[in-house]
Amino acid sequence: MKASHMTQTPKITAHNLNFYYGKVKALDSISIDFNLNQVTALIGPSGCGKSTFLRCLNRMNDLITGIRVEGEIKIDDQDIYAPAVDVVNLRRRIGMVFQKPNPFPKTIFENVAYGLKVNGVTDKNLIAERVEKSIRQAALWEEVKERLHDSALGLSGGQQQRLCIARALAVEPEVLLMDEPCSALDPIATQKIEELIHTLKETYTIIIVTHNMQQAARTSDVTAFFYMGKLIEAGETDTIFTKPAKRRTEEYITGRFG
Amino acid sequence: MNVKVSAINIDGMKNPEERYLQEIRREKAPDPTGPISESESQTASSLENRKQQKPLFFNKKRTLLQHLFFNLFRSAAMVNALALFIILYFMIANGWRAISIDFLTQPPREMMTQGGILPCIVGTLCLSLGAFLISFPIGVSSAIYLQEYASEGALVRAIRLGISNLAGVPSVVFGLFGLSFFVTYLKMGVSILAGALTLALMSLPVIIGATEEALKSVPATYREASLGLGATKLQTILRVVLPAAAPGILTGGILGISRTAGETAPIMFTAAVFFSPNLPRSIFDEVMALPYHIYVLATAGTEIEVTRPLQYGTALVLISLVLGMNLIAILFRARLRKKMRR
Amino acid sequence: MIHSFTKFKEKLMNYFFLLVATTSISILAMITLFLFKEGLPIFEKVGIKAFIFGNYWYPTADPAHFGIFPLIIGSVSVTLISALISIPLGVMTAIYLSEIASSRLREIVKPVVELLASLPSVVIGFFGMVIVAPFLQDHFNIATGLNMFNAAIMLAFMSIPTICTISEDALYSVPASLKEASLALGATSFETIVKVTLPAALSGISTAIILGLSRAIGETMVVLMVAGGAAMVPGSIFDPVRPLPGSIAAEMAEAPYRGDHYYALFAIGIVLFIFTFCFNIIADYLSNKYRQTGDATL
Repeated sequence: MKASHMTQTPKITAHNLNFYYGKVKALDSISIDFNLNQVTALIGPSGCGKSTFLRCLNRMNDLITGIRVEGEIKIDDQDIYAPAVDVVNLRRRIGMVFQKPNPFPKTIFENVAYGLKVNGVTDKNLIAERVEKSIRQAALWEEVKERLHDSALGLSGGQQQRLCIARALAVEPEVLLMDEPCSALDPIATQKIEELIHTLKETYTIIIVTHNMQQAARTSDVTAFFYMGKLIEAGETDTIFTKPAKRRTEEYITGRFG
Repeated sequence: MNVKVSAINIDGMKNPEERYLQEIRREKAPDPTGPISESESQTASSLENRKQQKPLFFNKKRTLLQHLFFNLFRSAAMVNALALFIILYFMIANGWRAISIDFLTQPPREMMTQGGILPCIVGTLCLSLGAFLISFPIGVSSAIYLQEYASEGALVRAIRLGISNLAGVPSVVFGLFGLSFFVTYLKMGVSILAGALTLALMSLPVIIGATEEALKSVPATYREASLGLGATKLQTILRVVLPAAAPGILTGGILGISRTAGETAPIMFTAAVFFSPNLPRSIFDEVMALPYHIYVLATAGTEIEVTRPLQYGTALVLISLVLGMNLIAILFRARLRKKMRR
Repeated sequence: MIHSFTKFKEKLMNYFFLLVATTSISILAMITLFLFKEGLPIFEKVGIKAFIFGNYWYPTADPAHFGIFPLIIGSVSVTLISALISIPLGVMTAIYLSEIASSRLREIVKPVVELLASLPSVVIGFFGMVIVAPFLQDHFNIATGLNMFNAAIMLAFMSIPTICTISEDALYSVPASLKEASLALGATSFETIVKVTLPAALSGISTAIILGLSRAIGETMVVLMVAGGAAMVPGSIFDPVRPLPGSIAAEMAEAPYRGDHYYALFAIGIVLFIFTFCFNIIADYLSNKYRQTGDATL
């Protein structure tokens, strides 16, 4: 059933990716494809490199000094680590939602409009339109439409996280990276985000890092298991969770370690 | 660039792929250096190859703006360095010739147009040391109360407000207070004691601040471990917390001394004199002091031009003293921070 | 028995430290008390209004005039001009240090700013007198290099370290997650600084600016040596002025003990004290407001 609507077009390919923090090798020859309009879950124990890998995809690691990247990551056949690539533009095309909700200390409206404004959109009507659309997409509209001009910090944690998703969607990225987006949320808020991920995949390619095995099973089409900086196994979620090829994967999924 | 993004937004295409292709076309158009060559895009491009590629996506205006402003910020930082450099340069270039063994070990002669500055050096050392001996115990105890004993409340807020306001009191106002309270009311006269007390009050906020900072950086686990072994709070503070914080506290102390050594206004009315042929013999004597000596020679002397080398020389000695202490404190602290990180 | 003794000792030490900690407040109270004690008598001779707004400061003339308006204007204008230099330079340096500089450069530039702060004011005043003043005189074709402009430059470099250090702290404490969120949306580093980091650090930076100004207005030696010392309302930035602290320092030695002049100088001290006290209260208010409401200050 799942396989039937899988379009097997790779949107992002990582090939032989090595990543170093100073002398420490944090990622060891990672090669993986992320397909268009699919949700891929990255799982693995803490410190396995899954978040580091995620942050390679929009070059967020560039902010850290002393890092080094080898190998390549291509988005639509374009190497994102080539100096030809403008990182700013890249990040606009690849949205990111962070572990903890991090709304700006601005109004709800300003938060969502921010990405549009820095990217040069000046048309007020257009901004308003897009803000509404993004907040609706993030399933937050009914809750905040009366108070768009209140501070975003007055929202609950779950609402803040959905606002951050809306903020990421507003610039119409092609890919959405989510770094444990529910780890700071309660079960009800988590459920809402998961439903959201399900609808969003119609439009976006989504890569989600999660600690939560059930979440990976519920939300993703493909699951990739990371351990000690290596990609141990990647495949259709159903397969990974029912009959993984590697022993490590099975041990992790069945809760024997991690 | 502005147009580009809004244009994409307006056409509202759903398919990201198509949108991206269009974007590439738009991006490429103004860039004559063109697309990356095929070989490069196909082979796993090595770092060398990457370096040679010309920017493909280049938000020219935004990048330019960033470039411009970052350089502006950098220049601003450099202006400070330049200012420090220029001041030091002129003081050293004009002052080093005046400095000799005699200059440092002889009293002034011939109406202060010749001779050395020994009484000024001694006076400044006495004042700074005196101020330190007074303010250090008070400052450290205050900080201990604030960090280790006090719970946040109205009283602590008042104390903190008092400290921050004390730090903001102009130096000349300290001078006035010293004159009216220590010199006149307590009848100390113009003396080392009055001057040191005045300077001590001034440096109190510096020492409290530095000590608080040092105490804060002592891990809570140290305190818990000590208390857990049955030590009292006082024992914990004296035997665990203070030793751990000692380097940081001493750094603050050095900064405090160096600040008092360079102050002029507070000692003008309380301790310093124009000229005194003898070295001080007790804390009730008045003294000459380096900063005041510079001021006097530069503004009130009868032979301002003649004594210029002496002025530069005195300034150089004062700078060396103050900057030397600061440099020690800064280096000391840098090493300390590195250790803490480890 | 032993137990209760230990307890008693602990309690005693608590009170001892508390007592010492209140020293700062007591000192502040004593300063206020003595300033007023020695300054208020002048108002028996001159009304407060005449003192503050009087245009003539001739304390040794007969009859003496005690109008400090020109001195206040001198202080305020020299501080404002110095602020025009010190605020942009200080804040930009702070941005450079906290957001742009590599850690190696920061290790170099930060001590430079700290050393600048530690230069004795008398040395900066001396530098302004013997180096900057002749330079200004030669290059700007003005009567004296000892003027408001010169003093303002010197004061600026004395307040830059204050402004820079506190601003940097404020910028540095803006959560990295906010900066990341902005960058991830495709904002450039510069846009992130202007639209996210600076607004979030605004109250800290305001505190820094106010404390910097407070330092400039209370600074004595620089204005005493460099500002020129003319007790008149300046007409141009190259006019000499006589700010409040300069007057106190210059005249106290010659003022007869507990004479009118002496009282008047203490009254100037009161005015100066009130100025800086207000600045500090505002700064304290701003930084506390910031702390209480967290990020939600916008």
